[in-house]
Amino acid sequence: MAFAAPKETYSGKVFEVVIGTDKAVAFGGENVLPFHSFEGNVPHRPVIAYEIQDIPPDDWPETVKKVYGSVSGDPVTWAKYCQDTLNAKAIALRLLSTHPDRENRSPEDAAKTVKDVLSAINIPLIILGSNHVEKDSSVLVAVSEAAKDKNCVIGKAQEGNYKTIAAAAMANNHKLIAMSELDINLSKQLNILITQMGFDKEKLITDPMCSALGYGLEYTYSVMERIRLAALTQNDATMQPPMLADVGMYVWKIKETQASEAELPAWGSLEERGITWEAVTAASLLMSGAELLIMRHPDAVKAVEKFIDELM
Amino acid sequence: MALTGVEIFKLLPKTNCKKCGHPTCLAFAMKLAQRQASLDACPDVSEEAKKILGEASAPPIRPITIGVGDKAVKMGEETVLFRHEKKFVNPCVFAVEINDSMSDEEINKMVDDVLSSEIDRVGQKLRIDAIFVNNVSNDAGRFESVVMAIASKAPAVPLIIATNNPDAAMVAVKAVADKKPLLYGANESNVEAMANIAKTYKTSLGVTAKGLDALSILTEKIKGLGVDDIVVDHGARSAKEILEANTYIRRAAIKKNFKALGYPVINFAQRDDRVLESLVATLGVTKYASIVVLGSIEKWKNLALFTLRQNIYTDPQVPMQVEQKIYKIGEPTPESPLTITTNFSLTYFIVSGEIENSKVPCRLAVMDCEGLSVLTAWAAGKFTASKIAQFIQESGIENEIKHRELIIPGYVAILSGAIEDKLPGWKVIVGPREANGIPAFLRSKVSQ
Repeated sequence: MAFAAPKETYSGKVFEVVIGTDKAVAFGGENVLPFHSFEGNVPHRPVIAYEIQDIPPDDWPETVKKVYGSVSGDPVTWAKYCQDTLNAKAIALRLLSTHPDRENRSPEDAAKTVKDVLSAINIPLIILGSNHVEKDSSVLVAVSEAAKDKNCVIGKAQEGNYKTIAAAAMANNHKLIAMSELDINLSKQLNILITQMGFDKEKLITDPMCSALGYGLEYTYSVMERIRLAALTQNDATMQPPMLADVGMYVWKIKETQASEAELPAWGSLEERGITWEAVTAASLLMSGAELLIMRHPDAVKAVEKFIDELM
Repeated sequence: MALTGVEIFKLLPKTNCKKCGHPTCLAFAMKLAQRQASLDACPDVSEEAKKILGEASAPPIRPITIGVGDKAVKMGEETVLFRHEKKFVNPCVFAVEINDSMSDEEINKMVDDVLSSEIDRVGQKLRIDAIFVNNVSNDAGRFESVVMAIASKAPAVPLIIATNNPDAAMVAVKAVADKKPLLYGANESNVEAMANIAKTYKTSLGVTAKGLDALSILTEKIKGLGVDDIVVDHGARSAKEILEANTYIRRAAIKKNFKALGYPVINFAQRDDRVLESLVATLGVTKYASIVVLGSIEKWKNLALFTLRQNIYTDPQVPMQVEQKIYKIGEPTPESPLTITTNFSLTYFIVSGEIENSKVPCRLAVMDCEGLSVLTAWAAGKFTASKIAQFIQESGIENEIKHRELIIPGYVAILSGAIEDKLPGWKVIVGPREANGIPAFLRSKVSQ
């Protein structure tokens, strides 16, 4: 029986998003399932951003904290290290200090940090709040203004605060992350609400909410896969923004990336275990449709970049 | 091609006898077309119809088992392309390559690693499933002795006998035929001899060819030679080529019912960079491999890959649940806080993770709410004041702790009064609505 390759053609296409100004990067733009270049067009490789924080990462495990030991005391030094030494293509700055339970720093403080980091780097910047719904709505407005016209990514807009954040991102020419909690319908609804405000749907990035390997990864995996299928097969424009997997923050707080080998000898070397955990989580979400990833450990990033090389 | 309900109906007795459990033959035919019924349920179907329907109703990917006993592994039988449609059926097999040019010492060490690879995770025992013994030496005698040594050291572990040399295949398969190994290595130039060995010793046969057209021709030929249990290797080795070939094979089998490729697929993930190897294996697990061959099986790598396979092969229609009990996080004392949530696995993972982050030792009472999240369980009447009170009283926790304080999720703050009514002597404290508020909440609580 002769074999005929069962190619698929899709009616929809993922939007192409460009971020940054000087050394801008693009992602998305494909009209096929992830890496299916054998039946369609995959113009860009996924982009991995290095995560940094505005305060030292005291709650990161030693394995990943030590990599940034000499630079993580200051976000500007940290950002330059990622750009110049690690060859990062993008940086994700998490403004954790603004959280009311942390330093509760003001939006003005956050805006200054963002300005300082932006003036030190020429690669794209993703600016993330502390994930406190009320506080983020003031912090992200201030940083949007501080970064005006730098074509950053602002995040994350959620159901409870999207109006002010989306308006600020729109007024200052940024891209916007829309995050909902692990449900394709919530994700679609939030994208609709944001675009109804007049926000350009082609400037959105969908975050269906990440999970770490072993801690609900299958939910994120399937939500992403369903979003991609809706975008491609139903040509559903509300599902066509590229997707974010915010991998590092979910991976580096679970037991598998923290427990020592002495405690759990059956789990093997802690160092390689943590790196592999982050890399495998990232790789499986690439297979289900993520185009933008935020990661922490340089060795995990390097392995995932090599994997993408093999897939492109 | 799969038959439609009407096409199947034409082949049935049309007696509407109901013996199959369906009201009419047409209803039964529709179920058969959707693969929700088995033809065996019809007592009166003709032999001819059985033959036609049997072929058409066979699973699109043939089920194949390698090994015998408890540790035998079953592959194939998949019915969908995406895991949200329906559960992926038979988890992909992880095999480690041992080549017969290695020293006996190295071989022994790797077999030991396989034997000690078992890990218990969320109630399942996970392990490296099989050994891929590769005849790199091309010496039949050496191959036979290595295969026999491995089989005697690890008698229960399924074997994949890998060689394209029929003489070596013959002696090695003969030595372990009772273990139902997979013989891997049939190709265009040795197919008759290899099929003969597989047929003689009743093993399954792994076949390799460059390109899916050549591969289809070979599987048809092998079937014609009397071997039905086949595993296919499309020859792709880079991630890009593996994704393409695995996708085409899965689609051809499931959507076109293309029988010549309706077999489990074997992928090779070996890389010098062991983290990268894990990622190529990730591709295999997520995208349709039935066997992934690895070059090494470090424990850290196994743990990640076993967990990934477990995640991808869970049933998307059944919420993952954790066992109802009171979990200790950190090393709680009788004074440590007691908090409660539902047994939806995602809820449990997130809440327990945040409690761990708080570094405050704690007891977490996880109540069986049929795998629903807090709000859903509350709305469904499964997370109510009386059920919570009953669970706490029956758990025996009152003997373990000195205080009588229960922290409930902020989303069900409304329950606090009713729980206090039903749990005399207890005080109910309303915790944060979102799990990410837990660390600050617990830290401030213990510092009071």
